[in-house]
Amino acid sequence: MNPQKPMRRRPWALGVVIFLGLILSGGGYAAATQTFEAEFGSPEQVEEGRKLFLANCASCHGTNGEGAIGGPSLIGVGAASVDFQVGTGRMPGQASGPQLYKKPVQFTEEQIAAMAAYVASLAPGPAIPPEEYLRTDGDPTHGGELFRINCAMCHNAVGAGGALTEGKFAPALDGVTEKHIYEAMVTGPQNMPVFNDANLTPEDKKDIITYLKYVEENGSVGGFELGSIGPVAEGLFTWIFGLGFIIAITVWLGAKAN
Amino acid sequence: MSEVQKYDSGSATNIERPISDPGIEPHRVRMTDKSEKHAKTAERQISFMFLVSIVGAIIAVWGFVAFPIVGGDLSATRNNAFWMGIGMALSLLGIGFGAVHWAKTLMPDNEVSESRHPARSSDEARAKAIEIVKLADGESGFTRRKLIRRTLYGALAFFPIPAVVIFGDLGPQVGDTLKHTMWRAGTRLTKDPTGIPIKASEVTIGSVFHVIPEGLKDLEEHKLEEKAKAAVLLVRVNPGDLKEDPEKANWSYDGIVAYSKICTHVGCPVALYEQHTHHLLCPCHQSTFDLADHCKVVFGPAARPLPQLPIAVDDEGYLVAQSDFLEPIGPSFWDIRK
Repeated sequence: MNPQKPMRRRPWALGVVIFLGLILSGGGYAAATQTFEAEFGSPEQVEEGRKLFLANCASCHGTNGEGAIGGPSLIGVGAASVDFQVGTGRMPGQASGPQLYKKPVQFTEEQIAAMAAYVASLAPGPAIPPEEYLRTDGDPTHGGELFRINCAMCHNAVGAGGALTEGKFAPALDGVTEKHIYEAMVTGPQNMPVFNDANLTPEDKKDIITYLKYVEENGSVGGFELGSIGPVAEGLFTWIFGLGFIIAITVWLGAKAN
Repeated sequence: MSEVQKYDSGSATNIERPISDPGIEPHRVRMTDKSEKHAKTAERQISFMFLVSIVGAIIAVWGFVAFPIVGGDLSATRNNAFWMGIGMALSLLGIGFGAVHWAKTLMPDNEVSESRHPARSSDEARAKAIEIVKLADGESGFTRRKLIRRTLYGALAFFPIPAVVIFGDLGPQVGDTLKHTMWRAGTRLTKDPTGIPIKASEVTIGSVFHVIPEGLKDLEEHKLEEKAKAAVLLVRVNPGDLKEDPEKANWSYDGIVAYSKICTHVGCPVALYEQHTHHLLCPCHQSTFDLADHCKVVFGPAARPLPQLPIAVDDEGYLVAQSDFLEPIGPSFWDIRK
């Protein structure tokens, strides 16, 4: 009884291994190249972005994004910065001042993506966040705790916004898309500090977005929220309507019947 | 001299021409007294208010039954509290407004004058009182027996002393707790609330970390007190932006600075950091600190800079404290400069 040779010892096995190896490495390379292109944009898109950049941004940010008198350098700010600034209408800026305001968006999504691809091609920076961290199925309790520790001092405990120094302010967060909230955290637009992934992990950021969307959709538990801005609005309401009611009753009690 | 006496500043009113007693104002006949129709209307108004009160009580009960408080659902509390409150307010106000309206429109409204009785007792009563005091003094010998009187005074003076001693021992002594926090040499800076240690390389320029000392998370007791004293804000700025005193130059690490988060005015957490101006704003009274310049006060009521926590990096690359704060954190108190 001749013991059979194991499969891997047979002469044709080598051919099979080489064939499989070639398919895997070639396919893997193709797949990797595709991800690369998806992340950094095709050369055509980058070129399209460069043209848009030269026409709309270069007067302040320099012809190579190196910055000029009017605007900061964009080298290393990443695609997320462009997507946030142009996607919320803050860029192109309208007028200089303490802070740039949110306004109607000036470009189509394709144009914004092209400019983002161009700026991302200048130097590595925060990328546009993947979909999986923009869903609102995170943990709102954890997100709320992180929001109160890291964000609420400027943006208010339920994201109603608040004042900063010399005309600057932290904007209200209701109605801001999940993607823009995420991008603001990683890039730190204007005077907002940066919350990188070591500080708040992508999961943490997802929980914060979940919390913000939760409070936006569920409304105030304690009744009429008066803009959620706290003691000023509430105190004014009490002084005018609460005390007004008491004074009216006092006057009525002391008045004689007609 | 006579001129001075004429304008005696001690009397506010001119005694020679006091204000004449205006008497009771003339009685004004009410509409409800004049016409039966108005009286009927008032009667209906009053009973309407009492009916509102009944309806309010029913609304309150309905609100309680219709919107039960469900555990975990905060919005259930909202409707429950709203309708209970509205109902009970209507119920109570209905009775009150009805009763007042009743008294004002239908009950008699004749003005009555009733003089105050004089505060001074009659001479006989005063004489009698003096007689009683003198009798008691004579019988007890209070004035006559000096030894008893004086020792009684002494006893009354000493009696409260134990209370003073006991009150002085209420609660722990403040000691030097105002001057120290949990930070020690080598304590790692960790993230609030997770307690994860922070590497210097993780703090990129423009980043803000909210920091608690290592070990705070696992404290069994006085956790909040320790957190309230030891909370720190960690920021990295471009090292070129820092204006550092030469003797404090090694308190930062490559542009990373750590400052107490407790305002030196009245102790609010100062954490509104502006990335480009490097200003730290306190939300309570708008004290503004320049983080790039040792947190000097640039605006507002705070009187001294936020204390800086000297930091360094350990062998594994984690940020650690070089020591505790070198001055007390938080609001200034009696034996602190300024």
